[in-house]
Amino acid sequence: MWRACFVAGLIAGGVALELLFPAKLQIGIVRSAGAMVVAGLAVGYGSRLANGCTSGHAVCGIGRLSIRSMAATATFMAAGAFTVYVVKHLFGGSV
Amino acid sequence: MKALVASFASGVVFALGLGIAGMTQPAKIVNFLDFAGTWDPSLAFVMIGAIPVYFLCYRMALRGRSPLFAPEFSVPKRNGVASELLLGSAIFGVGWGLGGFCPGPALTSLGSGATATVIFVAAMVAGMVLHKLTTSLRSRALPYTAAAVTDC
Repeated sequence: MWRACFVAGLIAGGVALELLFPAKLQIGIVRSAGAMVVAGLAVGYGSRLANGCTSGHAVCGIGRLSIRSMAATATFMAAGAFTVYVVKHLFGGSV
Repeated sequence: MKALVASFASGVVFALGLGIAGMTQPAKIVNFLDFAGTWDPSLAFVMIGAIPVYFLCYRMALRGRSPLFAPEFSVPKRNGVASELLLGSAIFGVGWGLGGFCPGPALTSLGSGATATVIFVAAMVAGMVLHKLTTSLRSRALPYTAAAVTDC
């Protein structure tokens, strides 16, 4: 139940940002619906399989000096950089 | 009730932090990861700023007797770099680089109502459900492996 409240707060904070600073929620990149579906599936599945994401591993995990989280952070930074390289420099920036 | 209000307030504060830091702008994420092109290092300062804060809060929290709204702290106890940790992180990284969103900022960005964001979040939830389904399938075949995967 507390998790649902946390997510509700996250979304409410997003609504507040949209009202106060809409520029902060601009996407700014060109992605097809299909690319967003693939990206969302990968983020959802991958973060569950790895038991954490940028917040859980990069901030909280490294903050706890966890070796697992440092390995996870290095891995997803490298995979992200590789993907951006392919998308921006091989496919011209829009997929 | 107090615990639920505190959770909601934490979510709001987290969302504002993510937004002010620029984590909710996929173009910024892509440039942060674009080491071969228009590299924007500013998001590194989000980590440089957030990690020491968490480091101190974590230590102070563990020194206290118990959390304010729960019987005990949930601290990850797993050790060792398992293959699913690296595989999951690699899959996550591909999605992060492709869509420019990680889970917290994606949920925050629902506030914009942008179609691409809504599609991303729906697919992200589907990916989480898919993980749950494949884990429960595996738990029927290999009970020990699945137990190791699900405790977070």
